[in-house]
Amino acid sequence: MSGRLELQGLRKSFGGVVATDDVTLGFEPGTLSAIIGPNGAGKTTLFHLITGKLPVTAGRVLLDGAEITGLDRREIVRRGIGRAFQVANLFPSFSVQDSLAAALMAHAGRTAGLFSTFPPPDVQRQAEEVMELCGLTHLSRTEARHLSHGDQKLLDIALALALNPKVLLLDEPTAGMGPDERWRMIERVYRLWEARKLTLIFIEHDMDIVFKIAQSVRVLRYGAVLAEGTPEEVRRNPAVVEAYLGAEHAL
Amino acid sequence: MGFGRDSAIALAVLLVFILLEFTGLRSAGLVDFAIRFATFGLLALSLNLLIGSAGLVSFGHAAYFGMGAYSFGLLMQTGAWSVPAAILAAVAMTALLALVIGALCVRLSEIYFAFLTLAFQMLLHSLILSWIGLTGGDQGLMGGIPKPPFLGVDLARQDHLAAFSLFCLVASAVALRQILRSPFGAALRMLRDNPDRAAFLGLSVFRYRLAAFVIAGSFAGLAGVLMSLYVSGAFPSFAFWTTSGEAIFMIMLGGVSVFLGPLVGTAIFLMLNDWITAVTEHHGLFLGIILLIIVLGLRKGLLDFAVEHWRARRGNQP
Repeated sequence: MSGRLELQGLRKSFGGVVATDDVTLGFEPGTLSAIIGPNGAGKTTLFHLITGKLPVTAGRVLLDGAEITGLDRREIVRRGIGRAFQVANLFPSFSVQDSLAAALMAHAGRTAGLFSTFPPPDVQRQAEEVMELCGLTHLSRTEARHLSHGDQKLLDIALALALNPKVLLLDEPTAGMGPDERWRMIERVYRLWEARKLTLIFIEHDMDIVFKIAQSVRVLRYGAVLAEGTPEEVRRNPAVVEAYLGAEHAL
Repeated sequence: MGFGRDSAIALAVLLVFILLEFTGLRSAGLVDFAIRFATFGLLALSLNLLIGSAGLVSFGHAAYFGMGAYSFGLLMQTGAWSVPAAILAAVAMTALLALVIGALCVRLSEIYFAFLTLAFQMLLHSLILSWIGLTGGDQGLMGGIPKPPFLGVDLARQDHLAAFSLFCLVASAVALRQILRSPFGAALRMLRDNPDRAAFLGLSVFRYRLAAFVIAGSFAGLAGVLMSLYVSGAFPSFAFWTTSGEAIFMIMLGGVSVFLGPLVGTAIFLMLNDWITAVTEHHGLFLGIILLIIVLGLRKGLLDFAVEHWRARRGNQP
């Protein structure tokens, strides 16, 4: 089973400011992990480093033992790391099914054709599969700009999922949602993870969600790893309680 | 299915026109209007591939219109070329010009792109003015353009030219629509909607935008050929910024988001222009006011407005 992601001594500084400070973490294939930490802890920066959006200052990123540090970010996508964004990053005028078909074709390098009709039937079928998996089938003909906030986030995840990643990074999948919508979203994410058996890593602020579904939790603070372990271990870690969770979460 | 249907519609339009023209009302006004409509319609339609689909607002599209007209006129004046061969050569030369200019422009975004395309157009315009030995300078390409008949088509006759121009327009429209429907067209729309994510998915922003620029330039070159056939010459004003501006006006009048919008805009623009010039000398003033009303009042082209209105009504029905 593939999809092992390892970060070794990862470091990123912007001038004098250290955003990521010697982060060494391992994510086993097929696991579901959460990354938590206060604002400015360097969570999103970590995703930028893994996906090649930002160059690393030092350290290595390994996917299934092969180094992917410093590769072009398209190449990193091709190697199997997918990513959904904190603010849905979509093609507003495309319907849900066309968005997915377009993503699939762009990824496969099949967008140069002038004489065929978009989307070809085989791609259409793949798009339908992804819509089914994400629960977007009933919205297939709705344009992305007309989707609700939650469905836009879901489509963003679906776009990443369409490329068949081994590792999927979700940056705050429930950001900006009401409590009910949050739980629906996170159930959806959980079912995706179960169905695809991929390595899923998500950033989340809602501790109830994190402790309910994550197999393991990594806590960042000031760009460095403060603690890691099962939700239960992290919850009991005195440093975490003091630094982040606050009194209302303690025990 | 889409391509077949489009071709059938295009053929029907062409047949109806030819029937009207050659058996029905043999009106000089209709013939003249048809040629100008086909010429400027094709120019606007080609520009809308950039503006509407690729999201690239070019202010210098008339450069390719002028290039097509001058290349064709100069080739025909040598006397060694047949009309179809000269058309192909003129379009190829225009494509080459668009490739060179496009390679320098499409890397830039929005306002810089718009102004650089404008700058290259004015460069071409100045070149036409100053290279008097080749182009005739501000007098234009004089002495007429020979139009030897081919395949029974005699373009020296205005009625033949009208049918031929309309044929070029509908054939180009069918081709452009197929381009928009293809995976390539989808890639252009992705780049318009969200270039960052499109690049992330593996699209080369540069290559796709350049290809769109060259395709749009080539069709504008064909429009320029029709123009030089119509006036039997070529003039520096073809490559002046006002010609680019008129094409943008036509698109704004008709609408960017509907494929036929630019053609509707062209028809309105030409009719308004004819009507206003007949009434007053200050046609620029009146045309400007009408454009302002449409742009500020509707905030979109007429066909955009109509289609959105129709969709909204259909959507409200149970």
